[in-house]
Amino acid sequence: MAAKRATRKSNVSKEELLKFYREMLLIRRFEEKAGQLYGMGLIGGFCHLYIGQEAVVVGLEANTEEGDKRVTTYRDHGHMLACGMDPKGVMAELTGRSDGYSRGKGGSMHMFSKDANFYGGHGIVGANVPLGAGLALSDKYKGNDRVTFTYFGDGAANQGQVYEAYNMAEIWELPVIFVIENNGYAMGTSVKRATKSPSLWQRGAAYGIEGEEVDGMDVLAVKEAGARAIEFCRSGKGPYILEVKTYRYRGHSMSDPAKYRTREEVQKMREERDAIEQVRKRLLEGDATEDQLKAIDKEIKEIVNEAAEYAKESPEPDLSELWTDIYVDADASQNA
Amino acid sequence: MATEILMPALSPTMEEGTLAKWLVKEGDTVSSGDILAEIETDKATMEFEAVDEGIVGKILVPDGTEGVSVNTPIAVMIEEGESADHIQVSAAPAAAAAEAPAAAPAPVATAPAAPKASVSVEPDYPDGTEMVPTTVREALRDAMAEEMRRDDTVFLMGEEVAEYQGAYKISQGLLDEFGAKRVIDTPITEHGFTGIAVGASWGGLRPIVEFMTWNFAMQGIDQIINSAAKTLYMSGGQMGSPIVFRGPNGAAARVGAQHSQDYAAWYASVPGLYVVQPYSAADAKGLLKQAIRDPNPVVFLENEMIYGKSFDVPKMDDFTIPFGKARIWREGEDVTIVSWGIGMSYSLQAADELAKEGISAEVIDLRTLRPLDIATVIRSVQKTNRCVTVEEGWPVASMSDHIGSEIMREAFDYLDAPVLACTGKDVPMPYAANLEKLALTSTKEVIDAVKAVTYR
Ligand SMILES: Cc1ncc(C[n+]2csc(CCOP(=O)(O)OP(=O)(O)O)c2C)c(N)n1
Ligand SMILES: [Mg+2]
Repeated sequence: MAAKRATRKSNVSKEELLKFYREMLLIRRFEEKAGQLYGMGLIGGFCHLYIGQEAVVVGLEANTEEGDKRVTTYRDHGHMLACGMDPKGVMAELTGRSDGYSRGKGGSMHMFSKDANFYGGHGIVGANVPLGAGLALSDKYKGNDRVTFTYFGDGAANQGQVYEAYNMAEIWELPVIFVIENNGYAMGTSVKRATKSPSLWQRGAAYGIEGEEVDGMDVLAVKEAGARAIEFCRSGKGPYILEVKTYRYRGHSMSDPAKYRTREEVQKMREERDAIEQVRKRLLEGDATEDQLKAIDKEIKEIVNEAAEYAKESPEPDLSELWTDIYVDADASQNA
Repeated sequence: MATEILMPALSPTMEEGTLAKWLVKEGDTVSSGDILAEIETDKATMEFEAVDEGIVGKILVPDGTEGVSVNTPIAVMIEEGESADHIQVSAAPAAAAAEAPAAAPAPVATAPAAPKASVSVEPDYPDGTEMVPTTVREALRDAMAEEMRRDDTVFLMGEEVAEYQGAYKISQGLLDEFGAKRVIDTPITEHGFTGIAVGASWGGLRPIVEFMTWNFAMQGIDQIINSAAKTLYMSGGQMGSPIVFRGPNGAAARVGAQHSQDYAAWYASVPGLYVVQPYSAADAKGLLKQAIRDPNPVVFLENEMIYGKSFDVPKMDDFTIPFGKARIWREGEDVTIVSWGIGMSYSLQAADELAKEGISAEVIDLRTLRPLDIATVIRSVQKTNRCVTVEEGWPVASMSDHIGSEIMREAFDYLDAPVLACTGKDVPMPYAANLEKLALTSTKEVIDAVKAVTYR
């Protein structure tokens, strides 16, 4: 069983730090914009923002290769941006328009891109965990060395099917990385109220699965832990668990009265631990300049504004779309 | 540059809210993330954050204003050095709403409430009982609270039911009154807690299990059917499961395919379960109290879209409604419209519209789907000779199919037209606003179906 490791962050290049800064900032600004569009009624239903957790996906995606897969929960906008999906297509799905990744039929919680090996966006808590193990089974079956990330929350970590998946993943040595994004709360229930086990990743021990805990506000620590997990899985040793300690700044979804934690708690996290701020500081301590970072801020703002404009202008799906995509056309798929 | 701050939409179903309190005043400098105001929706009081930095130039909608529509300008932000003097307080829509808070959520069902009960169905309460306007949300809470006071083996469990006061605020105040022993927050473990609740019912308790929505009950459906519904039979009558499974069912507003399924027909097909799907607040209360007292497992299907609707509820010490008794909301001669749950809102609206065109519709609310009061439906069809059913669920193997076949068997010779069904479309629920609208049935579809069966 791997223990908690100290992280080395000495040899990180300025280029890499700038890349992390840009990617995390894109997620944050995108999410802020999504929040605004929700308030204006342009986005409907449930909308779960990723603000505060940016370092988790950005750090883990840093070591992925072509063909690696990912599957996550309804809190999925950041994952899509981090694996290279187009902000315009993601935003247009949020507004339910025809240029969205699911052509407006899935919405915020249910979005997919086969090209990006992004297998969703799932609305049922816990359900995507075995799905990720199944994707890993497909790679193992085919005999390649691709790995799958299956992301889930601290709340989801109590669902029974997670443990059924753990057990099978280990006995079949599936190349799946179980990423528990422990943001401290499942809706209004703090981790402490939902479980008495001292750590979530250690539950893997009961099934013989290795893992570790990671500081999810530190993108470099996440990247390093991700590298270990990927190495482990790619080399055929079976599944690996990462419990990434993170924090969400906003409500669970848009309609969260947030009476279960204090404003001070949120404020403290934002001020002392913010992942983007940490990278920003580090860059400025090196030889990056304020102007350089401002230029990135501006560039990101433009990308996000463009995505929002695109998402507003994209037409609603054609009414005939109501009846499409229910079955695969068997003849057409044979010819494909 | 001055920018307007608009009344935000803070939940999938919010159309208007109360601007409870400003936490900033004119002239304050705010930065992104600062709390500007507290806004009350029907579900919760929420803090509203600034998105951008700036200075509060003018507050357009004062503290305590009710009925402020989403997207109404509520304040104007200015930048350093800019003056707010030229900004007119012209937020007419909000101001108007403030003066007339009574224009609050239109009690949709009140219009046709006048024709009380028909001759064929006994009323649920004595004539002359005092009536109190109550929302469905309050009625459900009152029902649970009354039964918990009456019987200390009754307890509530589910996700976010206690400290959070219910994800949809149905259990508001119950933790305070009954304590953590009887109002129990569970982890997100539907399969596990459903099983635990069924076990507790065998041990002599009367659990009420709240599913945050029925979509999530699919995680625990094995326990509902294989354990709760079948055990009495398998034990030769020794061991029943006095338990209520309840929560919002069906589509809310744009929450997509995985969160928008109507389970009426699924559960109604299971022997051993009772299935209740109320529309009005009075029915929600009377039937939930009945369900809690019943010695059998009861599936109680609510609907988020009507939680906030107000209806008259009889003021009685002990108000219960027996299962298997439909309610005739409106008597008519030309056609029978049969529905339940949210389908009633389309049905009643359609009947109003049809009346204007001289078509008199009898509207029946089944209220319970198992047992099913088919006798009331048959009697009505024998009078009107035509029938339209209205439900939110999918059309294949639907309740409508079942009702249609019962009518065919029991009243074939009375029918002057085939029984038509208005249902949800045969597709997973789409997210896009225009497609979702199309996927649901509607008042217009009911009107069209009635015209088809009356050959108009
Ligand atoms: C099976 C199921 N039960 C309940 C819900 C409602 N629900 C949605 S998200 C959520 C909280 C999940 O918390 P966590 O797993 O910690 O993830 P986070 O939201 O913090 O990312 C709940 C209870 C659901 N979607 N599916
Ligand atoms: Mg969480």
